[in-house]
Amino acid sequence: MSAILAENLSKFYPVAVKEPGLKGTLQHFFRRTYRNIKAVQAISFQIEPGEIVGFLGANGAGKTTTLKMLTGLIHPSEGKVNVAGHVPFQRKSAFLRKITLVMGQKQQLIWDLPALDSLRINAAVYGIGDRDFQRQVDELTEMLSLEGKLTQPVRKLSLGERMKAELLAALVHQPQVLFLDEPTLGLDVNAQVSVRDFLREYNQRYQATVLLTSHYMADITALCQRVLVIHQGQLIYDGSLDGLVDRFAPCREVEVELAVPYSHDRLSLYGDLEAIDGRVAKFLVPQESLTRTVAKILSDLEVVDLAVTEPPIEEVIGRVLQSGSVV
Amino acid sequence: MERYWHVLKLFWATALAAELEYRVNFLIATLSSVGGLAGSLFGLFLFYRTGYTFQNWNWEQALIVLGMFTLLQGFSATFLAPNLNRIVRHIQQGTLDFVLLKPINSQFWLSTHTVSPWGMPDLLFGAVMIVYAGNRLGVEAQNYLLGLLPIGFGFVMLYSLWFMLGAMSIWFVKIYNVTEVLRGLLEAGRFPMVAYPMGYRIFFTFVVPVAFLTTIPAEVILGRGSVGWLAGAAVLAGFLLWASSAFWQFALRFYTSASS
Repeated sequence: MSAILAENLSKFYPVAVKEPGLKGTLQHFFRRTYRNIKAVQAISFQIEPGEIVGFLGANGAGKTTTLKMLTGLIHPSEGKVNVAGHVPFQRKSAFLRKITLVMGQKQQLIWDLPALDSLRINAAVYGIGDRDFQRQVDELTEMLSLEGKLTQPVRKLSLGERMKAELLAALVHQPQVLFLDEPTLGLDVNAQVSVRDFLREYNQRYQATVLLTSHYMADITALCQRVLVIHQGQLIYDGSLDGLVDRFAPCREVEVELAVPYSHDRLSLYGDLEAIDGRVAKFLVPQESLTRTVAKILSDLEVVDLAVTEPPIEEVIGRVLQSGSVV
Repeated sequence: MERYWHVLKLFWATALAAELEYRVNFLIATLSSVGGLAGSLFGLFLFYRTGYTFQNWNWEQALIVLGMFTLLQGFSATFLAPNLNRIVRHIQQGTLDFVLLKPINSQFWLSTHTVSPWGMPDLLFGAVMIVYAGNRLGVEAQNYLLGLLPIGFGFVMLYSLWFMLGAMSIWFVKIYNVTEVLRGLLEAGRFPMVAYPMGYRIFFTFVVPVAFLTTIPAEVILGRGSVGWLAGAAVLAGFLLWASSAFWQFALRFYTSASS
């Protein structure tokens, strides 16, 4: 059975529309017009137990709305959803014990007290016995290298330590399905790496299913074999990370070092000019016209050096998220 | 049930630990409580100084009402205000999500999550005032015990009303002022109901049940309570508690949580 199953999942919001200016404000006050925003439109996917799946999309693409439907915080307008064998919106106790939600920009730990106090409360809420609690906390503390930090007031922890403590608090009850919304937000590179390592280890050790959103492509490339891409509420890609590049960017990057500088206009004749830095120009060239373009550059221009590479994955994803396609 | 009890103990132990980080607060709370008390005693004294009495309420009897009021203030400062004013913040910041994803009744979590020791002086002074005035009137021990019943109902009523107002922030996010309106209306509980003209009395009994919060418990302690009013208080408290839970379930259907 799938860990997460979504079928034609949709969410519509009525949003009040207001014209700018005083006139608009008055109109808005007396006669409000609403528009239905389609935050998520008929998305379907299936995630098997133990998978780590990256969930990508620009701001406002519908990621958070989808996560909220999957965790049962909001009711879908249409479609079916099943997580760990339950209908999320009923928020049954058995379901809530199997999942967790971590939000990088929101905290559940009590600010003035050591994290351990908040952890104890969570343990009591989930009905975890003292011995199990201790074992779980010890294990996670070690995995997260948080030794000695749990007895300090949360406000005294660094951002990275606090995020790790948040993860610990979210995992005390050993959930099977983890929903992570920007878990590395605002962390420095080292802290990001250790959170990533932890998530990988946790996934392997407990065979937990992870659905992860992040704006840091490094999170996705490091953790996820599979990604879902959502654009304006629609699922535009579901597959492997490498496949994403092939599908959306059947392109190569051509870097040319020229003997003399050429004008921007002149160079842009040869393809999508990405960057120009003195005598070095970078083009993005579709795969099928690669040989033709390279031959043309070599014959028309005075070339010192030329290199053909795959475009960096971050760039490809960035373009996909922005426009729904690369070119 | 046992799990809830265990959780409650942890909630309060943790909250006290957090509050006691700030020791000076206790002194300030006591001072402010004494100041408030002196003010209300003076207000009541102004009436009685010239020999004026509220109908059927002599000075000591009126003191009991004032004691009830102080007790109620202490109760709301200790248990209600710190929790229920936080609902608004949970909704504004979207941290209500965390509460809703816990396998525990969300109303229980929101209503009991914290406790503030700064209302304790009011609870103490209120009790002292009631016992002082009661002793001067020769109130018997069982009457105090009987009085606990309507006081309990009063607490439940106040909680339920307050919780419903807090729950409204699901629709109107910036609602933190509305509980101030409730507090303002409760000020009417300082004096026995007979102090007010008929129209107000009806309002404070049947619309905002201030009468049930202070006057009726005082009457029970004074041995003048009637079974009818006591039963009415029980029914009203039960109904409001049920209504608060039903209202919360209704409000949650509209909750879409702060976008992030």
